[in-house]
Amino acid sequence: MSKEPRPRPDGFERDALQRGQSPQGARSEPPYWVDTGRYRGLAAWMMSTDHKRIGIMYLVALLSFFSVGVFLGFLMRLNLLAPGAFIKAQTYNELFTMHGLIQIFLFIIPGVPVAFGNFFLPILIGARDVAFPRLNRLSWWLYVAGAFIVLLSLVIQGRPPDTGWTFYAPYSIRTATSVSVAVSGVFVLGFSSILTGLNFVTTIHRLRARGMGWFRMPAFCWTLYATGWVQMLATPVLAITLVLIVLSRVFGIGFFDPARGGDPILFEHLFWTYSHPAVYIMLLPAMGIISEVVPVFSRKSLYGYVAVAMSALGIAIVGYAVWGHHMFTSGMSDTARVVFSFLTFLVAVPSGVKVFNWISTLYKGSIKLDAPLIFALSFIFLFSIGGLTGLIIGSLAPNLHVHGTYFIVAHFHYVMFGGAGFAILTALHYWFPKMFGRMYNERRAKLGWLFLFVGFQFLYFSMFILGYKGMPRRYFDYPPQFRGLNIVSTVGSWILVTGLIIIAVNLLRSLRHGSPAPRDPWGGKTLEWRIPSPPAAENFRTPPVISDRPYDYGPE
Amino acid sequence: MDETGAPLQTGAAGRERIDELGKRTGMWFFLFTELLFFGGMFLLYSIYRYKFAADFHRAAAAENLVLGSVNTAILLTSSLAMVLAVAAVRRGQIRRSIRLQGATISLGTVFLVIKGIEWGAKISRGIYPNGPTLLSLSKGQIIFFGLYFTMTGLHALHVLIGITAIAFMIRFTTRGVIGADRYSRLENTGLYWHFVDIVWIYLYPLFYLIT
Repeated sequence: MSKEPRPRPDGFERDALQRGQSPQGARSEPPYWVDTGRYRGLAAWMMSTDHKRIGIMYLVALLSFFSVGVFLGFLMRLNLLAPGAFIKAQTYNELFTMHGLIQIFLFIIPGVPVAFGNFFLPILIGARDVAFPRLNRLSWWLYVAGAFIVLLSLVIQGRPPDTGWTFYAPYSIRTATSVSVAVSGVFVLGFSSILTGLNFVTTIHRLRARGMGWFRMPAFCWTLYATGWVQMLATPVLAITLVLIVLSRVFGIGFFDPARGGDPILFEHLFWTYSHPAVYIMLLPAMGIISEVVPVFSRKSLYGYVAVAMSALGIAIVGYAVWGHHMFTSGMSDTARVVFSFLTFLVAVPSGVKVFNWISTLYKGSIKLDAPLIFALSFIFLFSIGGLTGLIIGSLAPNLHVHGTYFIVAHFHYVMFGGAGFAILTALHYWFPKMFGRMYNERRAKLGWLFLFVGFQFLYFSMFILGYKGMPRRYFDYPPQFRGLNIVSTVGSWILVTGLIIIAVNLLRSLRHGSPAPRDPWGGKTLEWRIPSPPAAENFRTPPVISDRPYDYGPE
Repeated sequence: MDETGAPLQTGAAGRERIDELGKRTGMWFFLFTELLFFGGMFLLYSIYRYKFAADFHRAAAAENLVLGSVNTAILLTSSLAMVLAVAAVRRGQIRRSIRLQGATISLGTVFLVIKGIEWGAKISRGIYPNGPTLLSLSKGQIIFFGLYFTMTGLHALHVLIGITAIAFMIRFTTRGVIGADRYSRLENTGLYWHFVDIVWIYLYPLFYLIT
């Protein structure tokens, strides 16, 4: 922006400059984690409707499940080093199913919104809490219940599910493993997700602070808004699909059973009607995080703010209409395939807009290469690879060649892990001081990143090549010509896990031993950096009044 | 703030008031999600109806048109009672509202009883998923009755949830939690009830009138 910075009507900024911190930033109330109500300890957390406490509890749960999911993936890679040496074929099927179920439904779909959205959305729009705090707590309880039921499927009703996370019919209806339990758990998780989306959309509509017009919201809020709509409009379709799976298994209703007039392809349609938009539930808020971090560490306003905001909505809308590209080989008319392929290309446009906006924000910025920015830049790099390979498999001819191979596995790990996963790590390092009131060790964070980033390339890039050469996914064994690259990939998984451990140890140590975090360690301009680290129970002592755009780094 | 169980009331700009419009907004969003939940089944219905038009025609002839029509009338009347109950609360006529809410519950229960009779009649003839008679029918008819039991079953579940919710509303109205100045809960419950009603308005022709 080229206009002169105006003095705030309430003297907000001048006051802050004179005293070294804003009136909001003065610490007078205890941090949000001090119990003040009826309950103490764990009960005070579980019964709390404070969005920050709920966000922290989600974060702990998510990262725990993430660790379990990583461990299962690690075991799968170990098996592929020496197929069958210590893991049986059936166990391998169960491993990749549980790996997918945990990473997708317990970690990355709830992911950014429930942890960072809960903690920061109300603060970023200047509210004291979400629109329906008790509904928010209900979402959290449902998440816990759903996760518990999913994990229950490991131990009751025979063996764990072996269908893959997609529960494709008719196998999911016939297998003797405990699919019904796992599916019920996912249903409950879906309910939790719907309520969170509903809550956030209402919050953004109703609780923005005075002066916080739609185009003065930080970009992260825009992505949460778009995500909320996708959660509301897509998740119910998954819910009914899962209900139908359970009804088919328990009562023998034959909607997806050809012997009874049903059509299994309809299951795939219904499933992907949800599960492709779900990709954007994972990615949109991740992109929002990058849009927050890049301006702060290049000391520039977000380039093309309106385009970034609108592209979030664009992705949400177009992303709803591309599910058919998962089914190019399943049996669809050529017309349908061409249309879905075209729409898939279309959805790449708003994603590209975002990437170019981040790069343009960096251009001629005063770049400070702190850990959050390093993770954010890795996101842009990895997401670009994931996105561009997405175009390869979104085109009809190459799709037929690589469908069901490791190429797909590599693609979605670049998008999910390289994208959403790295965004969560970005947010973790960016907001850690605000959430926990401590700084972490910058050097160890960067060291962890280095291992993670290098291991990531070994682990997943080799899968692109394997897939291109024709190695099918979900097989527990392979012919000898794929051996070399499988070793590279497995060694990569060791490096990657080392990186994750370094990052985790660094952050966990800092909870206790880190130096106290200042109000605004990064020079951020959005509202969360104007209140103390960690914030007090209701965020703002006086409701903030907003008079300008979110990333105000003065005239360029 | 939170642990006391009292709702945290944050208005725009932090005004301490209940955001009635916000609550209504949230309810409408929830109804969107319900719409998509049933939408999945309506999608299956339309595809299979297209595929097995003749079978659907034959199967629907076995439905009891009289009971279905009576049930439609009952559910529509219950919605009327619900609207009047909300209107009564807004005018401060608390007792009248409680009576009307009670009437809604009674009509909803009658609906479920009739539904149960219909189901019972089918089940006794062996027409239920995996049932002996049903499996001897054509594929299209198996699908039709599968859809019938799934869709009316999930609808009945929603009626049951609605009845439970209204029972809570009666309690709230009695205790004065719902009143002339705070009626968004009752209104939202009413919205839910009308939604359930509307779903039935679509189910009725799809299962009883297409023959």
